[in-house]
Amino acid sequence: MPSYVNPEKCDGCKGGDKTACMYICPNDLMVLNTEEMKAYNQEPDACWECYSCVKICPQGAIAVRGYDDFIPMGGQVHPMRSSDSIMWTIKFRNGNIKRFKFPIRTTAEGSANEYADTKGDNLDDECLALETELKTPTMVA
Amino acid sequence: MALPNKPKGELAAITNPEIVEHETDVLIVGGGMGACGAAFEIKKWAPADLKIQLVDKAAMERSGAVAQGLSAINTYIGENEIENYVKMVRNDLMGVVREDLIYDLGRHVDESVKLFEEWGLPIWKKAEDGSNLDGAKPAPTLREGGQPVRTGKWQIMINGESYKCIVAEAAKKALGEENIMERIFIVKMLLDKNKENHIAGAVGFSNRENKVYVFKCKTAMVACGGAVNIFRPRSTGEGKGRAWYPVWNAGSTYTMCAQVGATLTMMENRFTPARFKDGYGPVGAWFLLFKAKVSNGNGEFYAMGDAAKEELKQFMPYGESAVTPTCLRNHLMVNEFKAGRGPVYMATDVALNSFLDEAREAGKTEKEVKKIWKHLESEAWEDFLDMSIGQAGLWAGMNIEPEKVGSEIMPTEPYMLGSHSGCCGIWTSGPDEDWVPTVDGPRSHQYKWGYNRMTTVNGLFTAGDGVGASGHKFSSGSHAEGRICGKQMVKYCRDNADFQPELAQTAQELADEIYAPVKRYHEHVGASTAADVNPNYCKPHGLMMRLMKATDEYGGGVATYYMTSGKLLNICLDLLRMLREDAEKMAAGDLHELMRAWENYHRIWCVETHIRHIEFRKESRYPGFYYRSDYPSVDEENWKAFVNSTFDPKTQEWKCEKVECINVVETDPWI
Repeated sequence: MPSYVNPEKCDGCKGGDKTACMYICPNDLMVLNTEEMKAYNQEPDACWECYSCVKICPQGAIAVRGYDDFIPMGGQVHPMRSSDSIMWTIKFRNGNIKRFKFPIRTTAEGSANEYADTKGDNLDDECLALETELKTPTMVA
Repeated sequence: MALPNKPKGELAAITNPEIVEHETDVLIVGGGMGACGAAFEIKKWAPADLKIQLVDKAAMERSGAVAQGLSAINTYIGENEIENYVKMVRNDLMGVVREDLIYDLGRHVDESVKLFEEWGLPIWKKAEDGSNLDGAKPAPTLREGGQPVRTGKWQIMINGESYKCIVAEAAKKALGEENIMERIFIVKMLLDKNKENHIAGAVGFSNRENKVYVFKCKTAMVACGGAVNIFRPRSTGEGKGRAWYPVWNAGSTYTMCAQVGATLTMMENRFTPARFKDGYGPVGAWFLLFKAKVSNGNGEFYAMGDAAKEELKQFMPYGESAVTPTCLRNHLMVNEFKAGRGPVYMATDVALNSFLDEAREAGKTEKEVKKIWKHLESEAWEDFLDMSIGQAGLWAGMNIEPEKVGSEIMPTEPYMLGSHSGCCGIWTSGPDEDWVPTVDGPRSHQYKWGYNRMTTVNGLFTAGDGVGASGHKFSSGSHAEGRICGKQMVKYCRDNADFQPELAQTAQELADEIYAPVKRYHEHVGASTAADVNPNYCKPHGLMMRLMKATDEYGGGVATYYMTSGKLLNICLDLLRMLREDAEKMAAGDLHELMRAWENYHRIWCVETHIRHIEFRKESRYPGFYYRSDYPSVDEENWKAFVNSTFDPKTQEWKCEKVECINVVETDPWI
C-alpha cells in the first residue's frame, strides 16, 4: 500500500529544518524535488506501508493507496497522531466508516529516563547496570 | 520529449565522493532494538574518555523491525521460570539451539520491558474484575507488580504504535545525539592489517550526500536485522513491499560478519510465517487472545484432528508438545494446500462471536454485550493498526468485517532472521560462567571465549537477529541482547587498551570500491537510450528479481511449496555464483540506487550461506519451513547438531562443519 503525496498540500517542509517524510522513511523512499518543492515516493514497490511518513507530515499531505496488485480500490486507512494517542479512520470500499483511538505514550515526549548518572559496578560479571540479581540455571541437564 | 535515460531519484551520485575518516573506540552499526539496547547500556560502563559512535542506515526514531510499531511484546518472563522459556524455544526450533544464550537472554529481558514501560510504552493490564485495561489506564506498573495481559505464556499486549520512538528516545539521550550518525549505510567491516582475526573498522556511505565514511575502531557491534526479499515473494508487483519482515533488512548483518571470517550457525534455518494472505497481518493475537481456529476449504479444523496428531508423531519429541512447533504447524497447513484442500481460513467470525455468546450465556444484557463487542472490535483492529497497517487496508478494500467472515491465511515466502521464530545467525560466545559448557577445539566449536556475544572474530559483537541458534527473543530480547553487548564492548576495550587499529586498505581504495557502481554508471550510461537496459551493466532492481527467481525455483521457495533437493540446491549455488560475478556489474546513478546495489551484494551472500547450509545438512530439520526430497525427514540420530560455516577471508574458501549441540537445561521432562 504505497504512500503518495498530495501536491496541493505538500510545501516541501520549506519552513522546517528538514523534509519530514524524507527524514523519517526507514527505507529511504521519500525524496524532495527541490525545483517543485514537493516530496514523492521514489520506489512505491518497496514501501512497507509503515505509515511513518503519513504520521509525521506536518501538512497532512501524505496518504496511502492500497497496493494495486491485490487491494481493490476505494478503501482507505488514515491516522491522526498526537503526542499521546492516535486516531484511525478506516473507510471501506462500500463506504462504511470505522474509527478507533488508541493510546501511544503515557509520558511526555522527551522525558524518557536514560539513567545518565547510573554507573555499573563490576565489569567482569554478567550483571547489567540496573540489575542487582543474576540468576543461573537450576533445572539442569 | 526527453529520452528516458536519465538518473533516477533526486540525489545524483558523482564519481569522486568526499572521504570522511573517523576514529572511535566502539562502533555500533545499526539503529534497531539491539543497537538501542547497546546505546542505552554502554555509557553506564564506559570511562569518560571512551569514544562511541552509532551509525544507522535510517533514522533511529523509526528504524529496524519495530519501525511501524508492535501490538505485543513476545518475550516477558515475569512469573515463569527461565528454564521453561529455554524449553519452549528449544522445542519450537526443533532441538538445535544454544541453550546458554537463551537462558542468558531470559535473565535480562524483563528489565528491558520494565524500562520500556517507565519510558512511556503503554502496557495492557489485568483489572481486578479480570477485564483488560489498555496501557494508558491507571494501574500498577510491571515493576510495582501490575499484571500484564498475557496472550500466551510469554507474550504481553501493548499499545505499541510508538514503541520504537520511545525506545530510540532513551537510547539517543543515553548515548548523546553527538555520537549518532543517521542515513549512513555501513557496507563492509574491516579487519586489522597487523593482528590476525581482529576487527579494526568499517566503511559505508551517506544516502544524502556524496560522502564515503571510513571508521577505525577497537570493537564493533553489527546489528542490522535479518534478510528480506531474498526469495520471490507471493506479491511481485507493488505488493512486493508488503513483506512480512521489514523490507529494508537486506541480510547485511550476516554478510558483513561472514566476510571478515565470523563463523555462522544454523543458516539453514528460515522462517516462513503463516500469516493473513497478502496483507501479512499478525495471527498471534487471533490464535492466543481471541482463541481462533483455522479451517481448510472443506470447513474442517484440520489441525485438531486425528490425522494431524498421527502426522505430528513422526517428529518426536517436538511433535507431541502441547504447543506444536511453528514449522510443524506450517507443515500441517502446507499439506492441506498440497492436497488441494485450500484455502485455509482463520475463523475470525467464529472466534469473535463465541465471546459474545459466552457473555450472553453468562446473563449479560444486550447493552453489556454491545459494550463487550466494541472493546473486542477495537482490540482486533488495533492488532493490525499497531504493526501491520496494510492488513487493515486490505480488509477495508475487501469490505471485510472479521465478525462476519473469516480471512485466508497462508505461509509466506521464506525470510532469514534470528530473533523471531527463526534462529539463523552468527556463532557467538555465551557468558563467561561455569554453567556454560566448556568445549575443546576452535571457537567455532566452543560455547564461550571470554566476551559474551562476541563472534569468533576478536572485537566483533552482534545482537538481535545477528546472534544465531537462539530465536524467540523478539523486540524486548533484542534490546536486552544489545545491552549485554554494550557492557561487553567496554570490557573488551579495557582489556585491549593498547590495540591500535590499522586498516589494510587506504581510504581512497575503500571509497573506490564503494562507489564502483557509480563509476560504472557514468562510464556506460551513453550506450543506451533506456535507463535500465544497457549492455554493460545491470541495475539493482533487476538483479534482485533474478536472485529471487533463482532461490524460489531451486532453493525451496513458494513455487515448489518449499521443496528442494541436493541437485536443485547445487543448481541454485551455480546461479548464485554467476549472480555474484554479475553483481560486480551493477550500476547506480543516484545515492538511493547505490544503497540498493549494496543491499543486493549483502542479499546474494547471505542467501548463498543459506543454500550451502541446507545442502550440507542431509535431513529436513524444519518440515513446513523447507523440505529436501532426497532427505525428507528429521534425522535425530545423525543431525541433532549445529551446522556452522566459516568463510576464510584470506583463501576465500567456505568450510561447513557439524558441531555438537549440548543441553544445558534438563531434557526430562522435555517440556
